[in-house]
Amino acid sequence: MEDYIIEHTPDYNNPVLTVEDLVVKFNLRGQVLTAVRGISLELYKGESLAIVGESGSGKSVFTKTFMGLLDNNGWIDNGHIYYHDYDLTTFKKEKDWTKIRGQRIAMVFQDPMTSLNPLKTVGKQIQEAFTLHNKVSKAEAKARTLELLADVGIPEPEKRYKQYPHEFSGGMRQRVVIAIAMACVPEILICDEPTTALDVTIQAQILDLLKKLQAKYGLTVIYITHDLGVVANVADRIAVMYAGDIVEIGTCDEVFYDPKHPYTWALLSSLPQLGIKGEDLYSIQGTPPNLFQHIQGDAFAPRNPQALKVDFVARPPYFEVTPTHKARTWLLDPRAPKIDPPPHLKNIMNLNRGGDLSNG
Amino acid sequence: MAKDLTDVLVSVRNMEVTFGSKRHPFVAVHDVSFDIYKGETFGLVGESGSGKTTIGRAIIRINPMSAGEVLFNGERISGKISKELDKQVTQNIQMIFQDPMASLNERAKVDYIVSEGLQNVRKDLSKEERSKMVEQALLDVGLLPEFASRFPHEFSGGQRQRIGIARALIMEPEFIIADEPISALDVSIRAQVLNLMSKLQKEHGLTYLFIAHDLSVMRFICDRIAVIHKGVIVELAETEKLFAHPLHPYTRALLSAIPLPDPKSEKHKKLVIYDPSCHHYETDKPVWTEIEPGHFIMANKEELEKYNKMLGK
Repeated sequence: MEDYIIEHTPDYNNPVLTVEDLVVKFNLRGQVLTAVRGISLELYKGESLAIVGESGSGKSVFTKTFMGLLDNNGWIDNGHIYYHDYDLTTFKKEKDWTKIRGQRIAMVFQDPMTSLNPLKTVGKQIQEAFTLHNKVSKAEAKARTLELLADVGIPEPEKRYKQYPHEFSGGMRQRVVIAIAMACVPEILICDEPTTALDVTIQAQILDLLKKLQAKYGLTVIYITHDLGVVANVADRIAVMYAGDIVEIGTCDEVFYDPKHPYTWALLSSLPQLGIKGEDLYSIQGTPPNLFQHIQGDAFAPRNPQALKVDFVARPPYFEVTPTHKARTWLLDPRAPKIDPPPHLKNIMNLNRGGDLSNG
Repeated sequence: MAKDLTDVLVSVRNMEVTFGSKRHPFVAVHDVSFDIYKGETFGLVGESGSGKTTIGRAIIRINPMSAGEVLFNGERISGKISKELDKQVTQNIQMIFQDPMASLNERAKVDYIVSEGLQNVRKDLSKEERSKMVEQALLDVGLLPEFASRFPHEFSGGQRQRIGIARALIMEPEFIIADEPISALDVSIRAQVLNLMSKLQKEHGLTYLFIAHDLSVMRFICDRIAVIHKGVIVELAETEKLFAHPLHPYTRALLSAIPLPDPKSEKHKKLVIYDPSCHHYETDKPVWTEIEPGHFIMANKEELEKYNKMLGK
C-alpha cells in the first residue's frame, strides 16, 4: 500500500446517524430481556467512535439495530434511529434493508475463521458483495475486487483471488473480511471486535489498516471492543456501555485521562498494563445485573464498593463535564461527596512499552 | 518479589519437534533449550504458528519429540520411560487450556470434570475422599462446592476457566503449563484469573510455564520471558531486563505492538515490523549467546557487536 497520511477529520457539526432513546428487547423462553435501555447517541461524519463494555453489556445488539440484524426474537421497543432521510426503526421488510445493509452501512465481524465461506474462493466472496449492489460486467467486478484486495494490503492479489480461505492466515482472513465490508465503499463501517481473535502484532497491523481506509474513503467507523487498551490508538470518541446503557461518553483523551464514572474507573484499573508486579490486579467484583429484571438506580451500584445511597434508588441522569464529555453518575451531582478515582489511574500518563525502540 | 532461582525444575535440552511424514517433514521447533526454576513463572511468547504451544505439549508428552530431551527434577521424562514414571509425570505436570468454552466436557458434571484425573492416577482414594478433594479444589479457585453437581454450560467464561484450573490443581502438581489461559476472556475477568493464578502459586508453591502472545500480560506475571519465532528461541531474559533492553528485532517488534491505554503515546506509536531478511546468516551462523548475565540472545558475531553497543558496553 502506498503511503498516504493516516489522518482523518471528523466533522462534529454533521451527524450521519442519530439514535434517540432506543430500547431493544428480546423474548427468551417466555421471559422478556431488555438488552438496550434507552440509548441516545449522535454519530458524526468521519469520526471513529469506540463502544466499550463487558460481554453482555449490549454493545453488539445496539449496533446490530443499525443494520437490521437483530435475531428473530428481538425487537426495537421504543426510540428512533435516523439515518439521512430514513428512520431505520420503521424498516420492516428485508427489501428496505438491502438499500442500507452492505451498501451504506457495513460490518466487520469478530472471528475471521468463521465469517468466511470455506467453499468459495476469496475473490468470489468479495465480488459477490460488490455485484449484489452494482450492475457491472464480470470483468469490471473482477478488476474492482483486485483493487480491493490491494487496498486491504494483501500481496499478489491476482494469485490470492483464486485461493480459498483456508490458504490464508488469521490476519489475512481478517483483511479479506474487511475487503468484503469495503466492497461498496460504505459510509459507516461497524467493526465488531475486529482484532480480538488475533495476535498482538497482527492486531496492530489490522488497526493500522482500518485507520488508513478510514482516511482514504472518509469512513465513519464504530469499533466495538471489550479492551480499552486497544481503542486508545484508533478512537476519537469513546462510549462506555454497561447493562444496556451508555454510562459515559467523551473524547478519547477525556475518557482515559479524566474518567468520571466508577465503571470506567474499574474497567481501566483492571488492565494488566497498569498492574504492578507482585501485587494483585484490580478486578471488578460480582457479575453484571440480570437484564430480565427491572434495574433500579445505577446499574453498576451493586458492584461498586463506593456506591452512594442514591445510586440504589434513582437512575442518574447525564451530567455534563465538558460539551463533549458526559457521564451517568450521581458523583457529578453538586451535592455528592467527593470521591476520587483510584490513584493508580494517574499512571496511564507515564506508561511505557519498555526499551528505547527508536534506535536500531 | 525476588524468587530464589537455584533449583532447576524443568530442563529442556535441544528440543526438536517434527510434524508431517518422513518425506515432507515440517520442523515446528528447532533445537530449543531452556531451564525453568522451581517457583518461578516462565513466559513463552510468540505469534501464532511460532511453536510455543508445541513446546508446552512436548514437555507434557502429548507431542513426541524428534530430538533432544526434557528433564524433570533431574530425571529424563522424554522418549521411552517406565510406566511408573509416566504416571508420576501425568500427576506432576498439569495443563490449563486456552478456551474454557471448548476444553470442558459438555456432558459431564463439574464433579467428574475436576476429579477425572484422580480417578485414573489415585485409584486408592475412596469416593468420599475424592469428593472432599473436589470440594477443596473448587474452594481454592473461588467457586462454591455445590457447583460440583452442575454442568459446564451453567457457568460464565471466567468461572469455566476456574474449573479448568481446579482440574489441574486437584492433582497436586508441581508444574503447570498454562497455554494462553486468558486470551479468550474479557478484560475484567482476565484480571481475576491472573490474580487467582498468582495466589495459587504462593499457596501451593507452583511453577508455571505461561504461554501467550501478549507481552503486556506477561510483564505483569512472568519472572523470565523467552521470545520464540518460527520455532527458534531468539531472546531470553528476566522480564524487566527484556523490557528495558530488548535487543532482538523480533522482540522489539512484539514490544512495539503492545496496546497501551494511553491515547497520547498510542496515536504516535510506530509499529516495528520484523523482517527476517535483516539477518545475514548465510556465512556467519547465529549462536545462542549470554550477552549479559541471565540475558540470552540468538545472534551472529556482527549482531553481537551491535547489541553490545546498544547495551552500552
